[in-house]
Amino acid sequence: MRFTLKVWRQAGPDAPGAMQSYEVDGITPETSFLEMIDLLNERLIAEGKDPIAFEHDCREGICGMCSMVIDGVPHSPERAVTTCQVHMRSFRDGDEIHVEPFRARAFPVLRDLVVDRGALDRIIEAGGYVSVKTGGTPDANLIPVAHADAERAMDAASCIGCGACVAACPNASAMLFTAAKVAHLAHLPQGQVERAQRVRAMVEQMDAEGFGNCTNHYECMAACPKEIDVEFIALMNRDYLKASLAADDA
Amino acid sequence: MSGLVRVFRSSVGAKALMALTGLGLLGFVVAHMLGNLQIFAGPEKLNAYAATLQHMGPGLWVARAGLLALLLVHVGTAHHLVRANRAARPVPYAGKKDIATTFAARTMWMTGIVVLAFVAYHLAHFTLHVMNPEFSQWQDAAQRHDVYRMVVEGFRVWWVSAIYCVAQFLLGVHISHGASSAFQTLGVRHPRLAFLKHGFGPLVAIVIVLGNLSIPLAVLAGLVGKQGV
Ligand code: HEM
Ligand code: FES
Repeated sequence: MRFTLKVWRQAGPDAPGAMQSYEVDGITPETSFLEMIDLLNERLIAEGKDPIAFEHDCREGICGMCSMVIDGVPHSPERAVTTCQVHMRSFRDGDEIHVEPFRARAFPVLRDLVVDRGALDRIIEAGGYVSVKTGGTPDANLIPVAHADAERAMDAASCIGCGACVAACPNASAMLFTAAKVAHLAHLPQGQVERAQRVRAMVEQMDAEGFGNCTNHYECMAACPKEIDVEFIALMNRDYLKASLAADDA
Repeated sequence: MSGLVRVFRSSVGAKALMALTGLGLLGFVVAHMLGNLQIFAGPEKLNAYAATLQHMGPGLWVARAGLLALLLVHVGTAHHLVRANRAARPVPYAGKKDIATTFAARTMWMTGIVVLAFVAYHLAHFTLHVMNPEFSQWQDAAQRHDVYRMVVEGFRVWWVSAIYCVAQFLLGVHISHGASSAFQTLGVRHPRLAFLKHGFGPLVAIVIVLGNLSIPLAVLAGLVGKQGV
């Protein structure tokens, strides 16, 4: 198969960037999208040019590193996949494919398709944890959890923190990511002690990072490789309002 | 900064403010429509209703102040949010494909501005009588302001009716997203209330648009106010 790639090239955080065109040929349908870029990069290196910088790690859909916007959709228009799981058979021979970095003020471009998603880590640091005394490994299932709660907690916990929700949101809002992390712990008994404090701290950090505000477009859920439900955003909204309006302002 | 101010300056709090003021305005829009539909019951009914509102005394000013406050907070918060949202993506995508969003959701600020302009026009037209000073003079047999005649004569001008129709349609577009969105923003989660977050907005929007459009359309069709009122 042959493709025309239009890829965002940017030499550094403050360098100007532009879309650049590349022809790739001889690609088999079972080649993955990232392997296709690997092949292109080998050619660029052989030609003495700068390879296209992009992030990746597990290449099996669990680490959330492979961030890029393919044909206008984070992780490509294919539903519920990460970029590393996209294969060239999803495209037609001769297609022109557009590849851009995730765009958000809170995700500054470092180089080409690589953006700094440290803002998401800082939201987690603000409250996405439970405080426990360390010691021996506790027995599994020592604390009863209702089945429905366990399922919902797992649904929320399947967020891999890739940032596609931010990239897809017309307002570059990180509500789905933050909500998934809030909801994951809010559904479990271990998360109750710090529940109010957690949601406030995480929303405050999210705002401080310069993400936009949710306007309920639900683009985030449509682009999410793990199909995280916007229902969790409603949960976070409610928890935040309850925690902020009811809490004694300590 | 006091605690409450801080809450409503946060993204979630500001959105809650949008939702609460939006739902407040929606309540007014529904009540206003139901009141005006009394035009189909004839001049007596409508003029009596208008006179009752006029004679609420201080209550009238409290209601007006409340509405103005709702509108100011709604518009002010919208301005803040829209600016923040634009700033959140300084470098736009070369080509972004939307999958889930709707026309209504993407045009909230535009439909909002049209509604704001329409509210100003509507007040100038039927409340302040700026364009038609003669409206103030019209009285019915019971010496009440003849609101019925004012509305009929007002809507007989086809382009005035056209302005109302376009504005109502855009108000409907605004509400079709807003009235559902508001419940998501306020954290409604019970599965039995799920319809509030989905079908409710489009449904009230259709009711409001049809209800409000029925008045100018009935006047233009000659169904209301036949024979020189
Ligand atoms: C009768 C008039 C109006 C009604 C019934 C109404 C209703 C609503 C509702 C229910 C929402 C949803 C809030 C949410 O998403 O949680 C909303 C959002 C919005 N309204 Fe209005 N509104 C009215 C007038 C206006 C006006 C005059 C403007 C501005 C110029 C405006 C601008 C907006 C904007 C920009 C949003 C989206 C805000 C965001 O980014 O979240 N609206 N409106
Ligand atoms: S590289 Fe790990 S999810 Fe794609």
